[in-house]
This record gives sequence, C-alpha cells and structure tokens, in this order.
Amino acid sequence: MTYATCLACRECGREFPLEPLHVCDFCFGPLEVAYDHDGIQSKITRERIECGPRSIWRYIDLLPVDVDFIVDLNVGWTPLLKADRLAERLGMRELWIKNDTCNPSWSFKDRVVAVASSRARQLGFQTLACASTGNLANSVSAHAARAGMEAIVFIPHDLEAGKVLGSAVYNPTIVSVNGSYDDVNRLCSELADNRHWAFVNINVRPYYAEGSRTLAYEVAEQLGWRAPRQVVAPMASGSLFTKIHKGFQEFQRYGLIEESPVRMIGAQAEGCSPITTAWRNETTNIRPVKPDTIAKSLAIGNPADGYYALKTMKRTDGGSTAVTDPEVVEGIQMLAECEGVFAETAGGVTIAGLRQAIETGQVDPDETTVAFITGGGLKTADAVVEHVTQPIPVEGTLQSFEDAFAEEVGAPQAVGVGG
Amino acid sequence: MATRRVRFTFEGDAVKEPVIYLVGHEFEVVTNIRMADVERDFGWVVLELDGDHDEIERALAWVEAKGVRIDPVAGDVVES
Repeated sequence: MTYATCLACRECGREFPLEPLHVCDFCFGPLEVAYDHDGIQSKITRERIECGPRSIWRYIDLLPVDVDFIVDLNVGWTPLLKADRLAERLGMRELWIKNDTCNPSWSFKDRVVAVASSRARQLGFQTLACASTGNLANSVSAHAARAGMEAIVFIPHDLEAGKVLGSAVYNPTIVSVNGSYDDVNRLCSELADNRHWAFVNINVRPYYAEGSRTLAYEVAEQLGWRAPRQVVAPMASGSLFTKIHKGFQEFQRYGLIEESPVRMIGAQAEGCSPITTAWRNETTNIRPVKPDTIAKSLAIGNPADGYYALKTMKRTDGGSTAVTDPEVVEGIQMLAECEGVFAETAGGVTIAGLRQAIETGQVDPDETTVAFITGGGLKTADAVVEHVTQPIPVEGTLQSFEDAFAEEVGAPQAVGVGG
Repeated sequence: MATRRVRFTFEGDAVKEPVIYLVGHEFEVVTNIRMADVERDFGWVVLELDGDHDEIERALAWVEAKGVRIDPVAGDVVES
C-alpha cells in the first residue's frame, strides 16, 4: 500500500485526489504528491530498505505506487563511483560520481518513467505518451513494451533519425509534428486534456517527478547512510535538481541519515541557461530562452520547475553554473579519461559545471561532493566524435607498427624476459 | 466551448500594452487571471481563456503577434 495521500498545490496548498492532475484548479500552480509521513515513519528502517530489491523499488514505501502495479525494468541502484583520479584533476579531496548511464535505457529518465508508468497502470491507463527528443521517448517506449501498454511518442519533425532509433526499436507509435518545439508543446498540452493517455510529464507529472528522489536515496545509502555535503546536478526543467534535495531531506526527516546540510549546485549549458541567468541576476523571475547548445537533453528554454530550483539553491546556500559547448566536450573527456565513464552532453555540463563551481568558490574542494551523471555517451556521440583519439594507421608488419608507434607515442619500452 | 490555460510572458514594451484587456474586447473570449508577476520591463501572467476553440486560437495568434510569448502552464513539455 502506498503512503501517498493526495496531490497538493505547491503554491496555495489546496489538496486534490490522487488522479491524473498536474495543475491546481484554483491558482494553476503545480501539484506535488503528499504522503502520510507518520505512516512512513512508523514502518521505514534502514534494514527494511536493505532487504529490498536492488532497484528503485527498494524505496517503494516512499513512492506513490502500489506494489501490484509496478512496471519493473530493474531501474536504479546504479553505481556510485569514488572518482579519485577526477578529484585529483580538479583539486578535490572527495568526489563521487553517481553513474545513471547504467539504467535500462541508459539515462535517469528510467527512474521517473518507472514511477509514472506504474502509477499510470494503477490509474487504469492503457497508453503512455510523451513529447521527447531522445531519452524520455526511449524510456517511455521501453516501459510501455515491458508493461504491455501502448506508447505514443511525439517528436519534432526535424529530429535526426538516429535519435528516433532508440525509441523505434520498442515499436511505439511515433508522431512527427511539423512545427517548432513550441508547437509540439502546445499540441501535447491540449492532447493531455482531451485524450485518455498518460502523458508522463504532463497529466501524470506529479508522480513522474517523484522518481528523481530515488537518486538521493541511493546516494545516501551507498555513502554508508549519510548525505554528501555538496551536490552538482544538471538542470533542464529544474525538477531533478529540486527532487534530489527533497530526497535527502526526507531521509533526514525519517531518521535514516543524520541531519546535515546539503549544498545544491546546478549546472546548465550557456546556450540554454535561464535558471543560472536568473540566479546570477538575483531574481526568481525566469526569462524563457531559445536553446542553442549541444547539450540537447538540457535544452528546456522555459523550465517548469526553474523557480523551485532557484529556491532550493537559495535555501541550501548553493549555486548555479553555465558552461560553454567546448567546456561541455572537455567535461565529457575528463570524465571518460579519468574514470572510464562515457557520459552524454548533460554529463559534460555537470563535470564542467563542477569545475566552474570550484573556480568560483561555489563548491568547497575539501568537502564530500557528488556529481550526477544522467545519461550515456552513445546517445550524443556526435558531440565528441571530432575530439577523440584517432586510430594510428599501420601495415600488418612489426616494422610498420614500431615506426608508427614510435612516431605517435614515443620509443617503445623493451620487454625484458627472465632474470 | 473550450478552455485553455496558458502563460503569457511579456518583455520590453509589451509590458506596457493592455494586451489581456484587449483580448476581451477584440475577441469573444473570457480571460481569467490566476497568477502574475510583472516588473518594469518583464512579466508573466498565468490565465485561463474560455470561448470557442477557434476564437481562442485567433486570440492567441493575435497576442503572439504583439510580441508576447505564450506557453502551456506546465512549461516546456518536450524533454530529451
């Protein structure tokens, strides 16, 4: 049985039943799932969690889903890597990488879609839908296939064929909308009101967003039941960023970890940085922008949760960064070369943002820090293809190899045998 | 009859124009403001529009032509 009790407006506090609703009827503020905290408190323990499955469902007591409706692709419980080599490169004492490239469809979207699709099933929906240019569509298509549900994915008409493949293989209905991203936004918002479909990030968005909290739960558990002092996370809509913080707060509230402040630092690409711009201008009014960056997975020009992300930064004495596209590529390369993790462009934004946060004093290099890597690099391979190591051409002879190798790498070391 | 919930974002001179007042006069559409924050050269208004579907579409096209950005209340829904 879920401990979710209702949906509550984040602005005016009005309560609504646990239905496919996302906006408060009174003030049009966003709705968020509310829980029976006493009920959770009476049941949840570290031991109970540790006995659970090695996936996000070990935290089911904290999620708005009944166990009978779970759509299970074994999402979550991704590695938390101690990144000593990257820490040294950045001049840090203790850095951890939460590697969410290891999810079933290779991005953190599996967490939110796992919760949204499960709740959608509980609400009686037969169809999952989304508007997406990549990761979200991949995850919705995969979860619909797993659940035996229909999937409908809306894409902008000019999306590259390669981006569609990761969804098309699961055989969803793909609708290519002839128009701008804004046209797709409007069409899908209208459809969410008119069709009995679960649009994962529209009419079931309150449930969808809850999945991101599992990132914080896992990090706290993997750190040995403690919160990090600092977090660097990418920001698109700002939802992930706020929910990570909420996750740490909840673990503290339930006594699963000690009370300690977690400083939240956001990372955006300069070509789409409405939240960072507002932060730097010391305003909570976010001015929408037209995205122009290689970090497509963060290219949300009008972020729905930007205001709440700013509040989270302020409340936690955090900060916000914006990095250029060349810095994004550098970030991807640093992470790959130092830690063996190939991230998509959003990961490059996070690592470059971490470096900027250290340089600007927003991150203390001596404190425990976790950087969130939210998607796998093969999704955006084109961003780095011209910047990576090129093969050394040789003929199939030892002499050709040694000549070419000496020229590229330096004289080879002799291999001694015997004593 | 149809209902649309949208967010208008005003920048620069568009802030000074009584756009929402004019929508109610120029079109058979009822406007109902629910939230707003307007500064000297920037502001946003979240509102509901009631009326015939096509009339709402015409009104929104007119507002957009005035230089006002129009978004769904949920923000951008196209995600990566």
